[in-house]
Amino acid sequence: MRQENCRIVSNRQIADNIFELVLDGDLSAEMTQAGQFVHVKVADGFDPLLRRPISIASINDGSFTIIYRRQGKGTSLLADKSTGITVDVLGPLGNGFPVDEAKPGQTAVLVGGGVGVPPMYELAKQLARKGVNVVSIIGFQSFSAVFYEKELAELGEVYVATVDGSYGRKGFVTDILDGLAVQADIVFACGPTPMLRAIENGNYAPKTYLSLEERMGCGIGACFACVCHTQDDPKGFSYKKVCSDGPVFQAGEVVI
Amino acid sequence: MSLLSIQLPGLNLKNPVMPASGCFGFGREFSQLYDLSRLGAIMVKATTPEPRFGNPTPRVAETSGGMLNAIGLQNPGLEKVFNEELPWLEQFDVPIIANIAGSTEDDYVKVAEQLSKAPNVHALELNISCPNVKTGGIAFGTDPEMAKALTRKVKEVSEVPVYVKLSPNVTDIVNIARAVEDGGADGLTMINTLLGMRIDLMTGQPILANKTGGLSGPSVKPVAIRMIYEVSQRVSIPIIGMGGIQSAEDVIEFFLAGASAAAVGTQNFVDPYICPKIIDELPEIIAKLGADHISELTGRSWKKNERLAYYRP
Repeated sequence: MRQENCRIVSNRQIADNIFELVLDGDLSAEMTQAGQFVHVKVADGFDPLLRRPISIASINDGSFTIIYRRQGKGTSLLADKSTGITVDVLGPLGNGFPVDEAKPGQTAVLVGGGVGVPPMYELAKQLARKGVNVVSIIGFQSFSAVFYEKELAELGEVYVATVDGSYGRKGFVTDILDGLAVQADIVFACGPTPMLRAIENGNYAPKTYLSLEERMGCGIGACFACVCHTQDDPKGFSYKKVCSDGPVFQAGEVVI
Repeated sequence: MSLLSIQLPGLNLKNPVMPASGCFGFGREFSQLYDLSRLGAIMVKATTPEPRFGNPTPRVAETSGGMLNAIGLQNPGLEKVFNEELPWLEQFDVPIIANIAGSTEDDYVKVAEQLSKAPNVHALELNISCPNVKTGGIAFGTDPEMAKALTRKVKEVSEVPVYVKLSPNVTDIVNIARAVEDGGADGLTMINTLLGMRIDLMTGQPILANKTGGLSGPSVKPVAIRMIYEVSQRVSIPIIGMGGIQSAEDVIEFFLAGASAAAVGTQNFVDPYICPKIIDELPEIIAKLGADHISELTGRSWKKNERLAYYRP
């Protein structure tokens, strides 16, 4: 974990309000796990003040890719940044998906919802590289928001769900999971909390790992903003920090 | 003597810069980034007698130039802080200011008595100003008589000097400051966060699960400066200033207002290296002001002696 001013290699819109940002920097050498994130300072001044946690979509040779949704002031400022300038990045942060839990020849089902899709791409790359059969299920609101279907298709089978039915199957990712022909040995998921809860309750595989999202202050574990209860002590003092203990937890580990 | 070294009750500081309580945990995370021995002191997270989970999430919300938090004094409790966190910090050459909190007078007394015995705890910070807990905290910090009585009780049991952290959520901060000075406080730390709120336009509901939270960050700095300016002229105990400090220039401004040391809070989240950066930058600014030592700057905005050199960034 450290801070680096990373140079923008490209910053382009890839779907409705979804941007793909490629950053050059030595920081990429420290990135190993799919599912880790970076904390990005989007403005030099103090409005917005806090950094933005954004998941790592791809670890490349000397660079890395992050994907974000242009939603508020901070992400709009990030979307306006041009190639060649630098961005203040703190990372890599958190603990990612345990790739070693999937064995060669096994089937891993990767489920991504909206901006939960990006970490699935690096995960799919790492799993495919070690000979795991990768099946990706990605969900969006509508066709205009769909991204990375082609990229994931190069690494395994891909199913797409849209809430409004404008592309792929109408409905949620769990509708596809429910009817999946192959048996998953392991499920990895990242997306909105209701989606993660449904996947946890669905028991789709012997092992399930979920990446959580929570409003963060520091991103490194010092501020206690993103704390959640553990399932074995749901009302007590046991806790995990999403930023530094997670964001990836095994299903059943924390209260979602 | 170093340009930056400061002597305060109980505190022999190599420099006057320290992370503020609640913004630095117990130092473990930041120790991965730099040597904590560089800091003047560390104000560690508030400790209560029993472990606390704190408030439901979301616990933070952003504001223009600031941040609202409603963590709710989450901490591992007195025994764990005393037996695990403080001993771990002993590897660093840095005095610890232990922030103590509770719901009742007895809570404060219990925590003060034990934490003040830790070898690396050189002072206590009496937290009577947390706006995010339902009982205790701010109830003590907004009533001068209660604040004075609590200060007196904590002073009786503490083996180290006691600094009282003042709340800005009062009509007359000088009144509270003088009350805790009468109660025997060795120093003041000010200010804590300002009670605030944000509402999400999409849901129509408050963003924080606790509904209200404490506002910190650069937007509160003018409030802190004003309060330190007022209080420092009316008390004879030193003030550790805090509230929106982002730079070495900000630290100087707090000194000019009347502070004798400075704590950095929210900016640690924005730039985790901010404390050592400020420590590195201070000597040049002090030299530009024509001062021989940083302590010469304390209260210069209201002291009637000779002017400082004009500062040119």
